[in-house]
Amino acid sequence: MSYLESNLKTVPTGIRKVLYLNYPLIILLAAVCCAGFLMLYSVAGGRPELWAEPQMKRFAVGMVLMLVVAFTPIWIWRNTSGVIYLAALLLLVAVELFGTIGMGAQRWLDIGPVRVQPSEMMKVALVLLLAAYYDWLPADRVSRPLWVLIPVMLILTPTALVLMQPDLGTSIMLIAGGGVVMFAAGVSLWYFGTVIGLVVGLVFVVLESRGTDWQLLHDYQYRRIDTFLDPTADPLGAGYNIIQAQIALGSGGWAGRGFMQGTQSQLNFLPEKHTDFIFNTLAEEFGFIGAFGLLMLYTAIIGFSLHAALMNKDRFSSLLILGVAGTFFFYFAINMGTVMGLLPAKGSPLPLVSYGGSAMIIILASFGLVQSATVHRPR
Amino acid sequence: MQKSQKNTQASRASITRRGLMLGAAQVAIVAALGMRMRKMQLEQADDYRMLADGNSIKIRLIPPARGLIYDRNGVLLAGNEQNYRVTITREDAGDVEQVLADLRRLIPVSDTQTEEALTEIHRQPPHAPITVADRLSWEQFSRIAVNTPALPGVSPEVGLSRIYPRGPDFAHVLGYVGAVSNYDLKKLEDPDPLLRIPKFQIGKTGVEAKLEDELRGSAGQRRIEVNSLGREMREMDRREGDPGVNLQLTVDYRLQNFAHARLKGESAATVVMDVTNGDILAIASDPSFDPNMFVRGISSVEYKGLMENDHRPLADKTVQGLYPPGSTFKVVTALAALDGGVVGADDTVYCPGYFEVAGRRFHCWKHSGHGRVNVNQALEQSCDVYFYEVAQRVGIDRIAEMAHRMGIGVRHDLPMSAVAEGLAPTKAWKKERYNREWLIGDTINASIGQGYVLASPLHLAVMTSRLASGKAVEPRLIRAKNGVEVPVAEAPSLGLPENWLRHVRQGMDDVMNGRHGTAAKARIVQSNWRMAGKTGTSQVRNITAAERARGVISNAQLPWNRRDHALFVCYAPVDNPKYAVSLIVEHGSGGSTTAAPIARDILLFALSNGLPSLEAYPAGQRDEIKARFDALQLVNPEAVNSGIKSRA
Repeated sequence: MSYLESNLKTVPTGIRKVLYLNYPLIILLAAVCCAGFLMLYSVAGGRPELWAEPQMKRFAVGMVLMLVVAFTPIWIWRNTSGVIYLAALLLLVAVELFGTIGMGAQRWLDIGPVRVQPSEMMKVALVLLLAAYYDWLPADRVSRPLWVLIPVMLILTPTALVLMQPDLGTSIMLIAGGGVVMFAAGVSLWYFGTVIGLVVGLVFVVLESRGTDWQLLHDYQYRRIDTFLDPTADPLGAGYNIIQAQIALGSGGWAGRGFMQGTQSQLNFLPEKHTDFIFNTLAEEFGFIGAFGLLMLYTAIIGFSLHAALMNKDRFSSLLILGVAGTFFFYFAINMGTVMGLLPAKGSPLPLVSYGGSAMIIILASFGLVQSATVHRPR
Repeated sequence: MQKSQKNTQASRASITRRGLMLGAAQVAIVAALGMRMRKMQLEQADDYRMLADGNSIKIRLIPPARGLIYDRNGVLLAGNEQNYRVTITREDAGDVEQVLADLRRLIPVSDTQTEEALTEIHRQPPHAPITVADRLSWEQFSRIAVNTPALPGVSPEVGLSRIYPRGPDFAHVLGYVGAVSNYDLKKLEDPDPLLRIPKFQIGKTGVEAKLEDELRGSAGQRRIEVNSLGREMREMDRREGDPGVNLQLTVDYRLQNFAHARLKGESAATVVMDVTNGDILAIASDPSFDPNMFVRGISSVEYKGLMENDHRPLADKTVQGLYPPGSTFKVVTALAALDGGVVGADDTVYCPGYFEVAGRRFHCWKHSGHGRVNVNQALEQSCDVYFYEVAQRVGIDRIAEMAHRMGIGVRHDLPMSAVAEGLAPTKAWKKERYNREWLIGDTINASIGQGYVLASPLHLAVMTSRLASGKAVEPRLIRAKNGVEVPVAEAPSLGLPENWLRHVRQGMDDVMNGRHGTAAKARIVQSNWRMAGKTGTSQVRNITAAERARGVISNAQLPWNRRDHALFVCYAPVDNPKYAVSLIVEHGSGGSTTAAPIARDILLFALSNGLPSLEAYPAGQRDEIKARFDALQLVNPEAVNSGIKSRA
C-alpha cells in the first residue's frame, strides 16, 4: 500500500487533469524543438522539405503521444512497467536478429511501415521498471547486495544487447539512466564508488587490449579515442570531423555569423551537420548567445523536472521523473561535451534538435511520463 | 499506517537529498559546458574565425589585360582579342568521354586535343575546368552555347589572347607571346603568381619579352568562397588588376610595311633612323613570319618550314645579323685618319690598283687603279688603296676607337631580342681572342670593313646618323608609355671637328651625285631631298691567288649562298639631314646595284611620308620605278584607320 494508493481521492480526474499539466516544461520542450527546426532549415540550405518538415511532423506526433501518456494514470504505467521492459528487451533481441544496418551499426527495426529504434525505447522502459522496483522494495533493503544485484542485471542485460549492435553511446546512457534511478532511490554511495573505480580500471584494460587478439572495441572506436586525445594528429582523416566541428563552434564568437551564414556548415566543411554536429551549426550561426541560450533551455528543463520530482510525494513518481530527467541530461551533456571536444567523439545526437524522429518521439513520450506523474500527484 | 507514514517520510527525505545531489552534479556539468563555450566562442573566437575563413575563402587571380603596342601614329601593332574557348568540368560532366564525343559532333576537335584534354581532366581536381578547344569562331562558340543543356559540364568561355594585326611586318620587333613554360618559370626569379595560371601568355621574344614586366600588368584578385570540395560558391569581392602599360613605338607602320614590301624575296634587312633623335622609324628583316602562328600554337610542319628556309625567317638580321660592313666602313677609316692627323683633307694617295706591304699585295677593286685621290674622291670612288694607306698610318686601335665613337662594336640598348654587339677589332682583342699578334694585313682588311670587323644593319644606321648629325645619337624604339612621352636626352656632340665630318659627308654626297660616284644611278634628283650614301660589298668567300690569276668569278656565276653581301648606307637631305637608312641584301652581289635602289625608295618613302613621287627619280628610271611601285602590295591606310575607329 503505497502513498499514492492511500491518497487516491486527491488525484485530479477527467478534464480537470488539463489544469495540472506542467506547462513550463511543455513550453521549454517546444522551444528546444523549435531551435531544432530552425537549424535543420539552415543546414539544409533553406530547403525545409529535406529535414525541417519531417521533423515537425514527428514533433506533432510526439506532442500528441506526450499528452496521451500524460493523461494515462501514472499507476497504470507503474503496473505495466515490467511488460514494457520485456517488450523493449524482445525488440532489442529482434533487432539483433532482423535489424537494419545503418551507420555501421544494427539499430533499426522495420515493423511494417514504421521504423523503430528499440534502444531508444529501452532508455524509458529501464527507468520505468527501476522506479517501479524501488517503489516496491522496502527502503531498508535498498542497499543489500542481492537487492542491488537485481537492478544491476536489469540494466546490464539491455546494455549488453545494445553494445552488440554496436552502440557505445546508448549503452553508456542506459547505464547512466539506470544509475541515476538507483542513486536517487538511495543505494549506498559505496556501490557507486566501487563502480566508478571499476570503470576506470576497465578503461585501462580496454586501452591495453588494443591490437591484441582479445581487443574489446572496434577499431573505429579506438580511433575515436585517439581523435579525442589529439584531434590534430590526423586532421584530414579521423580528426577532421572534430576539428571542423570545433572551428565551426569557435568561429561563432559572441553573436554568431548570422542565420544561414555559417561558412563551416553551409559550405559542407562540417560533417553530420544535421545530426551529431547540429549544435556546432547553431553555435556558429548564433554564437555564444545562441549556444549558451540552448544550454540554459536544457538546464531549465532539468530544473523544472527536478522541482516536479521533489514536489511529488509518491516514490515511484519521483524516481521516474529523476530517471527521465537524468537520462535526458546525459543525452544533451554527452553530445555537447563531444562536439566541444570534452569527450571522445562517439556519435550521439542532440536530443530534440538533431534530425531523427524515433528519438524525438520517445523523448517527448518520456516527458509524457513526467507529466503523468505530475498530473496524477496526490494533492 | 503510522509506520507506513514514517517510512514514506524517511523515503521522501532520502529522495530529496539524493535528488539535490543529482541536481548539484548536473549544475556542475552545465557549468563546465558553459565555461567551455565561453572559452571557445569568446576567448578563442578570433583564432577559430581565422581557421574558418582559411577553410572557405580562396583567392583567385584575375589576369590583367596585356599592354597594347602602337606605332608612332597610334596604329595598333599588338592587341588583345576575345578568345572563345570551351571548357569541361569533370564534376559536372559525369561521363567525360561521352560528353567529349557529343562535343566533337558540334565543333572540330582533333584526336590529340581530345587526348590532351582527357589526361588533363584526370590529373586536375574534379571541379577544375579544363580547356578542350580554343580560338573558336563565333559561330562554333554560339553553337556550343545553344547546346549547353545537352552537354553537361561543358561551358563556353571568353578570355583574352594576343593578336598582331599587322602580321609579319613587326614579327622581329614585337616578337610574340606564348604560354608560360616550366623553363620560363625556372629561369625567372619572378614571384608573380600570374605565371602559375595555366597557359598564361608571356612575351617570348622581341619587345614583348624585353618589356614583359611593364606589358604584363598586375593581377587582380577575386576572393571567393568555396565549399569543402573546392567548388566556387560565390564571389565575396573583387579588385581589378592594373592592365599592362600601353607602349607607343617610334616605328611607322606604313614605312615598315613598305620596307618589307621592297625587301620581299630577298634575305635582307634595313633600318631607318631619325638622325636628330635616334627614333627607329622602320626596322625590317626579311623574310619574316606571322607571329600569330606562335600565339596560336605553331604546327610542327609550319615550324619545320621556317627552320629549313635558307633565308632564315626567324632570325632578326637587323640587330642580330652581323656582317663585314665592307666599304661602308670606309667612313670610319676616313674619320679616324683625319682625326688622327695622318692625312689632310686635300692630301692625296696614289692608287696603282694595288697596295704592297710586308711582301703581300692587296688589290683595289679597280685593278687599273684610281690614280691620285684625296679623301673625297676616295670615298666617291670607293678606292681601297687610299684606305689601306691611311689605315696603316693611323693604326688599328685608332680606327677601333673611331668605330666605337660612331656606334660600331657597341651594344645599343634596344628592347629587341639578342641585340648584337658587333666588333671593331683592336690589337689587344686579337691577342686575347686568338693569342696572336696583330698583323699589318689585318689592318688593311679592317680598313675596308673586311676581316674581323662585324656590324649589324643597326650599327650601320647609327654610324650614318652620327655622321649626318655630328651627334652621338642613340637608337630608340619606345616613344611613349601609357601616353607619356619617353624623354629623349639631347645627344652629345661626337667631338669631331665639323671640318672632318664635312669632308666625309661630301665624299658620300659625291658617291651619289659626283661624276664618278659608285651609286650615281641610285641618286635622288629632287634637290631639296638630295641624298648622300655609301655602297659596300662584303665578300663571303676568300678569293684565292689562283682564282685572282684566272680572273675572279663573277657573282652571277656563283651559287646564291656564295655571292657577296650587298650593303648600302645613306641619309637625306644632305643640307639638313633627317633620316638615315642602312640596308643589307644577303648575297645580293653589289651594294650599288642591289642595295642602293631599295634604300633610296625607303628613304624617299620616309621623307615624303608615303609613296614617293616619281619626280624624285632620274627621268630615265621613272617608268621602271612606277612599274615596281604598282607591283607592290602595300597596306591600305584607310582600312587600317577604319579598323582603329571600329575598335574604339
